Amino acid sequence: MKSPKSDIQSQKFETVIGLEIHAQLLCDSKIFCDCSTKFGNEPNTNICPICTGQPGVLPKLNRKVVEFAVKASLALNMQKIIGESIFARKQYFYPDLPKDFQISQYKEPLAENGWLEIELDGQGPGEPGQAKKIGITRVHLEEDAGKLVHVGSDRIAGSTCSLVDFNRTGVPLMEIVSEPDIRSPREAQLYVQELAAILRYLGVCDAKMEEGSLRVDGNVSIRPFGQKEFGTKTEVKNMNSTKALKDALAAEVARQIKALENGEKIIQETRHYDEKTGKTISLRSKEEAHDYRYFPEPDLVPIVVTDEMMVEIKKSIGELPQAKIKRYVEELKISGEAADTIVADPLLAEFFEAGARQFDRPWILANWLVGSVAAYLNEKKVGIRQTKLTPENLINLVRQIDTGAISNKIAKEVIIKILETGEAAEEIIKASGVTQISSEAELAKIIKDVIKKNPQSVADYQAGKKAALGFLVGQVMKATQGRANPAMVNTLLKKTL
Amino acid sequence: MANELYSLTIHELHELLKNKKVSSQEIVNAVYGRIETVEKSVQAYLTLIKERALEKAREVDDHLVNAGILTPLTGIPLGLKDNLCTRGVKTTCASKILENYLPPYDATVVNKLEHAGAVILGKLNMDEFAMGSSCENSGFFPTRNPWNIETVPGGSSGGSAAAVAAGEAIATLGSDTGGSIRQPASFCGVVGMKPTYGRVSRYGLVAFASSLDQIGPLTQDVTDCAIMLNAICGYDPYDSTSINQPAPDYTKSLSGKLDEIKTVGVIQELLGDGIAPEIKKAVEDAVKVFEKLGAKIKMVSLPSFEYALACYYLIATAEASSNLARFDGVKFGHRSANSPDLLSMYYNTRREGFGPEVKRRIMLGTYALSAGYYDAYYLKAQKIRTLIKRDFDAAFHEVDLLISPTSPTVAFKIGEKSGDPLSMYLSDIATIPINLAGIPAISLPCGFAQGLPIGLQLIGNVLEEEKILKAAFAYEQATAWHQEKAKI
Repeated sequence: MKSPKSDIQSQKFETVIGLEIHAQLLCDSKIFCDCSTKFGNEPNTNICPICTGQPGVLPKLNRKVVEFAVKASLALNMQKIIGESIFARKQYFYPDLPKDFQISQYKEPLAENGWLEIELDGQGPGEPGQAKKIGITRVHLEEDAGKLVHVGSDRIAGSTCSLVDFNRTGVPLMEIVSEPDIRSPREAQLYVQELAAILRYLGVCDAKMEEGSLRVDGNVSIRPFGQKEFGTKTEVKNMNSTKALKDALAAEVARQIKALENGEKIIQETRHYDEKTGKTISLRSKEEAHDYRYFPEPDLVPIVVTDEMMVEIKKSIGELPQAKIKRYVEELKISGEAADTIVADPLLAEFFEAGARQFDRPWILANWLVGSVAAYLNEKKVGIRQTKLTPENLINLVRQIDTGAISNKIAKEVIIKILETGEAAEEIIKASGVTQISSEAELAKIIKDVIKKNPQSVADYQAGKKAALGFLVGQVMKATQGRANPAMVNTLLKKTL
Repeated sequence: MANELYSLTIHELHELLKNKKVSSQEIVNAVYGRIETVEKSVQAYLTLIKERALEKAREVDDHLVNAGILTPLTGIPLGLKDNLCTRGVKTTCASKILENYLPPYDATVVNKLEHAGAVILGKLNMDEFAMGSSCENSGFFPTRNPWNIETVPGGSSGGSAAAVAAGEAIATLGSDTGGSIRQPASFCGVVGMKPTYGRVSRYGLVAFASSLDQIGPLTQDVTDCAIMLNAICGYDPYDSTSINQPAPDYTKSLSGKLDEIKTVGVIQELLGDGIAPEIKKAVEDAVKVFEKLGAKIKMVSLPSFEYALACYYLIATAEASSNLARFDGVKFGHRSANSPDLLSMYYNTRREGFGPEVKRRIMLGTYALSAGYYDAYYLKAQKIRTLIKRDFDAAFHEVDLLISPTSPTVAFKIGEKSGDPLSMYLSDIATIPINLAGIPAISLPCGFAQGLPIGLQLIGNVLEEEKILKAAFAYEQATAWHQEKAKI
């Protein structure tokens, strides 16, 4: 039964979700000044007169930001990439916003009217394997705000004082707004996963929800099946992973269903997801009806995107994740699941492809990558580039198994050493004496010894208990610390007995 | 002679410096001497940096003047309007909210002047955040007109104009959003120019209305104006709205003749009702001078002029309401003490820090941008702005230059209009349309009424500063108004 708790399907109500996603662009400098975007520096060290909004400063657009956003827009099939889009000021007072307005885009965003295709998996409406297009309303550029640290409380209210760190102020953000096309929390998760993979492939965003480089807000409403008009929506925030996103949306949908069934009204409001309780909480008390008083930013000229630029940028877009997975499965004959895992990490995919070019059985490499290697990377929380493994010594290792020099089991130990030291597989095997024992004479000696020590098992086997053979094989393996060639041990034991 | 150094022009002092007849230190000392004598009655400066200026003059003398390496501004003492950021020197915009603000950087124009070897004397008084036409809106004290200290020097660059007129600076920089350089230049009998929008970088000019603000010089004559413009203009990557086109040497256009300027247009709407008769007369006399210089004179009508004031007070206040949001007590400037929470800190800081005119404009602008009003006010104003631009375009198809009075009146008495914002706004009727169109214009002396100077405005098309300066210089050569000095 593929129906997890978090994906309750109501018989009466249809779920309608649209997502607003903020992606931090992987640019070295901020969107309107030359300050570094490096994460984790001492507070207020990546700042200058411009990003702290000193009187008299003017924004200066980082062209790299435009290039990245156009790249993403092309990959997201945006039908209208606007040649001269306009920045606008979004005005509200808050201490993390030095100018007390955010430079964003309003009426003329960078790009409009695109879509992203996801593959449904049966958790939610739709058949497994069915492709679904989610519409993308717009892609626009804006600057990030700073960060407040409250002393004595986790909010500004009730704290003895609040400190502000402007390091993040002016970090380039790309906002991607979807159409309300999503019909279940699982679909929302699939959409975000696919989008994140694309952004990673383009190299424009590392798309880590856990670290805030990808922030997803969900607009959720429900309506009776068959009704055309949308129900009142709420905005759900504070989700730190795609799983949390799915759970938060499911919790909100369930809340709304319950409310409507109890005859209550849904109020348009912002709700925070609390991962601990698995519930969404109203933040209405803090919210005020905002009039952002948008108007065109007079200090910046329109963002110019020429046809030549688009052609150049298009050329720089490589193979996107869905196409890659398809090729892995169809041409390289690896399993869909392994392809999903490898493709989710662009560097791992790059590694895999480098190996596949030099080895005629790529599926074996894939199995290693999604098995022992992935487990190691997860455990150490590192990427493939932070290890010493190269495609060449992975291939070497596989060849050692092929020749019978080591067993699969030993190979799983050897690969850990390779990951850590980068030494050649042969060297590690030689140095630790883990070469497989395939000499008949050597094995015969050990078998003789085992038979002598286990008369009862020998008797059992001879009396017809086939299971006793397994035990004896195990004893041989134990005596050789796993180095004996298991197939040969089997044959030799049978012969001897 | 040394005691008159302060009354010489940039180009006169440059000759003396070049020929080693005088040192920068002597000039700077002479100007500070003058400041000591007259500042009590004029009150042009908010901040004086005498020690720093003398130090710079010494450096300039030692390394540049003595070595004969001189730009036209090397060793020349200049004053800056107090909305131009100067690193480590108080920049207050004449506002209590920035009373102790020390910028961490220099404005691009300040950098340019420093690199040219100029000596900065101090920071000049203005209407708070450049909002006003009389300098009475200064958060600290009003500046007075050196021609008659009972009258205003004009505004908002009142300190910049008064200082030049009183010999308290050889030349100064001001900023012009709706006439803030030209109107005080007119009131104080000096030359003041607003260049084409984008000709001079705004980086480091504390913004009032971003799409209208432009920095420009206030000088004793047209030659100095060209020299100053040479020094400050040019593309700046730190100002996206600055024009990326090479600037000519403006002094080269000062031939004394009108050359390619064949036709001069007189703006009909600015010689009608509301213009004082003696001003009308002075402008008509000036027109005759141009006729004598060989220009054909044409009457020109700019029909959308009547909407200019309304249009300006929507766009300028809308942008100001946004630009002035950052003065919130969080990062710099005044922060109200004893505010129990964030909201009251915002309220109290801004209530205590801003003066009444600034508050009035923030409220007007906030209203104009509010949901439901945007289309009716801000958007409509932008459309009218386009119409005004079109009027000028059409006019420049027919004529090379336009001519008008700079201000409908001469300097008025202190206190005369300060209680009536609307009549104050009207004193910018002739200058505001030029900012809306983004084109350049100059004001230069063209006569006197009641012992007070009258200003003549010459307006050119986009990037036609050369034509304006050429015509202004030819007029100056043909008349003697610029030789009259305020007796203070």
